[in-house]
Amino acid sequence: MIDRTVLKEHLVKWVLVAFALSSLLFLFLIFIFILAEGLPLFLKVGVNKIIFGMKWAPTKGYFGIFPMIISSFLVTIGALIIGAPLGLSCAIYLSEYAGKRTKMLLKPAIELLAGIPSVVFGFLGVIYIVPLVRSYLGGSGFSLISTSLVLGVMILPTIISISFDALVSVPRTYREGSAAMGATKWQTIYKVIIPSAKSGILASFILGMGRAIGETMAVIMIAGNALKIPTSILDPLRTLTGNIALELAYATGDHRLGLFSTGVVLMVIIMILNYVANFGIKRKIAK
Amino acid sequence: MRINPRYINRLVRMGLNVQAYFTVGILIIIVAIIFFKGFPHTNFAFILSFPEDMGREGGIFPSIVGTIQLALLSILLATPLGLGTAIFLTEYTKESLFTKFIRFGVESLAGIPSILYGLFGFIFFVIKLKMGWSLLAGVLTMTIMILPTIIRTSEEAIRAVPRQLRIVSYSLSASKWETIKKVVIPAAIPGILTGIMLSIGRAVGETAAIIFTMGSSLRLPLSLMDSGRTMAVHFYILAREGISMEKAYGTAVVLVLSILLINILAYYIMNKAIARYS
Amino acid sequence: MDTKIATDRLRLSFGKTEVLKSITIKVHRNTITGFMGPSGSGKSTLISVINRMIDFENNVRIEGDATIDGTSILDGSINPIELRRRVGTVFAVPIPLPRSIFENIAYGPRLKGTSDRTTLHHLVEDSLKKAFLWDEVKDRLGTSALKLSGGQQQRLCLARTLALKPEIILLDEPCSGLDPISTAKIEDALSELKSEYTIILVSNNTKQIARISDFSAFFYLGELIEYDTTEKVFTAPAETKTEDYIQGKFG
Ligand SMILES: Nc1ncnc2c1ncn2[C@@H]1O[C@H](COP(=O)(O)OP(=O)(O)OP(=O)(O)O)[C@@H](O)[C@H]1O
Ligand SMILES: [Mg+2]
Repeated sequence: MIDRTVLKEHLVKWVLVAFALSSLLFLFLIFIFILAEGLPLFLKVGVNKIIFGMKWAPTKGYFGIFPMIISSFLVTIGALIIGAPLGLSCAIYLSEYAGKRTKMLLKPAIELLAGIPSVVFGFLGVIYIVPLVRSYLGGSGFSLISTSLVLGVMILPTIISISFDALVSVPRTYREGSAAMGATKWQTIYKVIIPSAKSGILASFILGMGRAIGETMAVIMIAGNALKIPTSILDPLRTLTGNIALELAYATGDHRLGLFSTGVVLMVIIMILNYVANFGIKRKIAK
Repeated sequence: MRINPRYINRLVRMGLNVQAYFTVGILIIIVAIIFFKGFPHTNFAFILSFPEDMGREGGIFPSIVGTIQLALLSILLATPLGLGTAIFLTEYTKESLFTKFIRFGVESLAGIPSILYGLFGFIFFVIKLKMGWSLLAGVLTMTIMILPTIIRTSEEAIRAVPRQLRIVSYSLSASKWETIKKVVIPAAIPGILTGIMLSIGRAVGETAAIIFTMGSSLRLPLSLMDSGRTMAVHFYILAREGISMEKAYGTAVVLVLSILLINILAYYIMNKAIARYS
Repeated sequence: MDTKIATDRLRLSFGKTEVLKSITIKVHRNTITGFMGPSGSGKSTLISVINRMIDFENNVRIEGDATIDGTSILDGSINPIELRRRVGTVFAVPIPLPRSIFENIAYGPRLKGTSDRTTLHHLVEDSLKKAFLWDEVKDRLGTSALKLSGGQQQRLCLARTLALKPEIILLDEPCSGLDPISTAKIEDALSELKSEYTIILVSNNTKQIARISDFSAFFYLGELIEYDTTEKVFTAPAETKTEDYIQGKFG
């Protein structure tokens, strides 16, 4: 009888350990399988010819994804230019100004915004943003700027919620101390609160970048997917994610391997961003 | 000229206010456009009938079924796995190198963009394990995707359960697992449910990872090995290939409405959970 | 007299701080033994050795021995879960489980595998009667235990412990948050219960100890200063520290 309960406790524990390990296992599998498919082409064609290659014609043996890397960064930076100030402002408003009732309204609204599927963003971008850009700024409308606009909105929830967390975790005494010295609320925010929440805010921007660079469905609908480095904000472009999503369904042989190579590059970029945000910056908050 | 800081203060306040409401405004506009344009094309017949002519005519019944199948099955798999991980992390270990590894795994999974899940699911489940484009491949891929959300929300909910409840349970001769099963999990249920609701939302809205694993067959998936099309995928194909704007809007209404309801439900459950502990 | 619980040069430290310093005590069967002493004197810690709740603390080092019915309870072969069925505990703050009154009391028996409705019903009724709570709750056994008043909750906790059918009941300042009437009800219940159980009552209220306990122990800074019949301790204490404490000079 006694042994039974003890045995059961042990069994449960080991089952739970196995469950906990499953996350690591999945991560490992994802890694291995994308690398296993993506790396051979790097060896065969050459790292340089892929990463710095200008021409993507996989059926003819050209696997250059340099324009896509640049394009991915361009839309991400564009998204940040739009999303970062807006998101940070929202976070500041939420943490410092908004009353309880406003918060009760705004927070779920922002979470809901995060829940809207990216295809819906892409669709509305095509229907409303693209024509708007076409008629007021020129070009086809499928462009860097349209994509950045939509992505800028899509990364808002990430930026807002993470900066908000950083702002509210600034100790109360900081605020009170500053207010006691006669500073106005904005002076307090600007001189005391933002500097002490700096690393969290930065993390929110970086994670927002991660979100933008990994976004796929909205991007392929709006970006125009042209295979060259855009020279103006009105030019169409193709991102790394777009490249994979556009061609995976029908690609075979080396062509498919090329898409996995694109995936490897994307994975490395995302890993670096997440690492910087999670371990470089968050660690500082903890101190 | 020096401007009085009090004016700046007021100006900033106004500026921030406007921006905050601008964000909410975007959400309202998105939802409003979808509903306004889509409702005329949405009715019971649309929901309950099969699509014809690639979706140009008819309804979206199979894609609704496909969405529900995908969401429920992946929740069914991810919940025990995620809850178990959360229980392990909170109840069975102290913070150590091992838990750091696991947390690293969870964080990393959460950061992987859906297209990479699509790539992985495609090569691993569809090709290597020879599942083909199938409900099963979609479900397995989705399970991994939502796992981090379930783990995080469950962990938070479990941590919020007061320690005294555990102590009382132990003092009444309960073992650790009995305590977890009978006291900790029941008390953490609302938080766990919130995570589940959010994950369902994710499964309903996901496209990139699903289109390459579950495929996009318009037929009703009748077995795990059948390919199928979720609402999000159907909507994407209708819109992108310009098959029918009306049907696209109609699908979008059903899609956005479900996500709206799921999120509202999640928020409601979460507030109940917060009320319980404060 | 018949010894139920005994400790033999029991030492316990949390990390580097020694909290129990060589405690040797024999608690007698079917009596109420009062543990008193100023805050931090180690009463709760000693209790948590007897019910092995000390297992849930970190960095604990124990030397010496503790026995029940002559058998060591610190031995590795002892299953603490089995032990806690024999040693019931009531804590200072009543903490009902977030479920019904009935289910709170049935919690322990159910763990033991009792699932028959009528058996459980008898057990619940019996336990509630012994804790002097039955009349107040008999019509609402299905309602949440959290709706009871503080005094009722504490009697519920007592009843919940009784439902385990323990041999020993440990009460750690069970009346510290209660009004005089609720306190009196608990005291009445304990006085009735001692014929069946061995009871240890920790209390900072020396009057309470004097009222209902048969034996009294006085602890100070981890040491057992004095232990004798309550009458002796309260009328002619051997140690001046005990006398000072009883007279309210410190603590
Ligand atoms: N978990 C723990 N870790 C470290 N020290 C502890 C722990 N629990 C108790 N102590 C210390 O052990 C000593 C005895 O504590 P204990 O709770 O047994 O005293 P007590 O006599 O019950 O006091 P009170 O009347 O306040 O309940 C105290 O100095 C306390 O700080
Ligand atoms: Mg104590």
